[in-house]
Amino acid sequence: MSPISRGFHGRHRDTTADTDRVPPGQYVTTDFPVLSAGPTPHTPLDNWSFSIKQGRDTLKSWSWPELQALPVEDVTVDISCVTHWTKLDTRWQGVSIDTLLSQVEQDARYVLAFCDGGYTTNLPIADVTGGQAWVAFGYDGRPLPAEHGGPARLLVPHLYFWKSAKWVRGLELLAADQPGFWERYGYHNYGDPWREQRYASD
Amino acid sequence: MDALDGNAIGGLLHEVFGTEMTAAIGTCANCGRVAPVAETLVYLQAPGTVMRCRRCFAVLMVVVLHADMKCVDLLGMAALEPATP
Amino acid sequence: MAGTAVRERLTWRVATVGAMIDETATVRTIELDIPDWMSHRAGQHLDIRLTAEDGYVAERSYSIASAPDEPVAVTVERLEDGEVSPYLTEDVRAGDEIEVRGPIGGYFVWPWQDPGSPLLLVAGGSGVVPFRSILRHRADIGNTTPTRLLYSARSLPDVIYRAELDATSDGVQVSYTLTRQQPPGWSGYSGRVNDALLHDVAWPLEQRPLAYICGPTAFVESVAAALVGLGYPGDRVKTERFGGA
Repeated sequence: MSPISRGFHGRHRDTTADTDRVPPGQYVTTDFPVLSAGPTPHTPLDNWSFSIKQGRDTLKSWSWPELQALPVEDVTVDISCVTHWTKLDTRWQGVSIDTLLSQVEQDARYVLAFCDGGYTTNLPIADVTGGQAWVAFGYDGRPLPAEHGGPARLLVPHLYFWKSAKWVRGLELLAADQPGFWERYGYHNYGDPWREQRYASD
Repeated sequence: MDALDGNAIGGLLHEVFGTEMTAAIGTCANCGRVAPVAETLVYLQAPGTVMRCRRCFAVLMVVVLHADMKCVDLLGMAALEPATP
Repeated sequence: MAGTAVRERLTWRVATVGAMIDETATVRTIELDIPDWMSHRAGQHLDIRLTAEDGYVAERSYSIASAPDEPVAVTVERLEDGEVSPYLTEDVRAGDEIEVRGPIGGYFVWPWQDPGSPLLLVAGGSGVVPFRSILRHRADIGNTTPTRLLYSARSLPDVIYRAELDATSDGVQVSYTLTRQQPPGWSGYSGRVNDALLHDVAWPLEQRPLAYICGPTAFVESVAAALVGLGYPGDRVKTERFGGA
């Protein structure tokens, strides 16, 4: 049983915030912590594209200008990281995944997001449609910084933020679910913060 | 935050492997680079600890510790040898 | 046998905070009374774990500042946006209990039995801490390995252990480079460690020197690249990077 370190508080963590808004086991932060598993990629926009793939086929691909030409939405959402911080009212600008998927013919049940640097994460297609997910390239009215996943990241705020893959480059359509990077290492396959689905055993 | 090196996870690795590991010599399965664990690139703040090859950035090792689970993936290491005393 | 780690389980132990010394305006050395502590090797570190009342846990690593036969001490620099360092440098009191794990490290340690290899120690800021342990151990055992410490600090008031370093024993040469501010009449180096400075201070290659570099990541990488550029073989340059908060 670890002794309490007298007087130690750590960073100011607001655990008394509106519990209807804050998932269990989370504290509210006003910072925006940067958590990385690898070096920050720096793909020039000229070389950047977002693709929807199925097996070896690329069903559709958008260059940066093509993505920007699609309807852009402003979204204000709360985000929750599995490392226990929640940030309220984060403002993003991006293109809805619904918009992108509507341009391909598909009947996949799952997607695997893939990214510069090799990161992947899996989601049911039902969780990236219906207005629940975006390719986000603006944060707080400015271009998304590289350290936070810029030029563009996946934004899926109803799940733990490891599902909001940074430096996203596309979605692979899958008939069967396939665990992504953290899911392979014991993190929960789905990741609902409201049910505290942090680890595979939860 | 800048990445650290294997020294920073000396305690974690000792807990996982049961012995001092920073001087152990690892071989990258991707590019073949041979280096002490202490000289690998380590990312500590993510949901788990990720060790990468300093030369080619391939993932060498991932360690995720949870109350009732230790998950260690060494697939990125072609070899991991204790240090010669 | 000296140099061989005693194989015992590395467990968290409850240590009691002892005497504290404020080394500079932002740096403090803290003695720790650790039950059943097996001696450490100069260059090793220990992990400290703090638990808040609400169960929040934070863990950090700190180099051991003391020599192997002295009371264990760590030196902590208060980082502006730090979470643990402000607590350790401002709030903790003698008698407080904190958890520690260690000693840790088998790479960034000084193989004092290695005869005839002059030592180059290059420190950035609080990267000097493990070198203080090495220099104290060297003095304690009467070792005469030719040693040079190049210590980069922002200004003279930021130099940790200044009095002790200025009074070092034979065979040890200490050079400072002050990167932001130098006092009037300063005769040491100024500015960041660069190729020219290292060329001045580094041992000639034919003497087969052993180099240790400790400090923030960017500092370590820049110095390591420069030493390798001077011809130091990669396996004769040991690095320990540390980073924030």
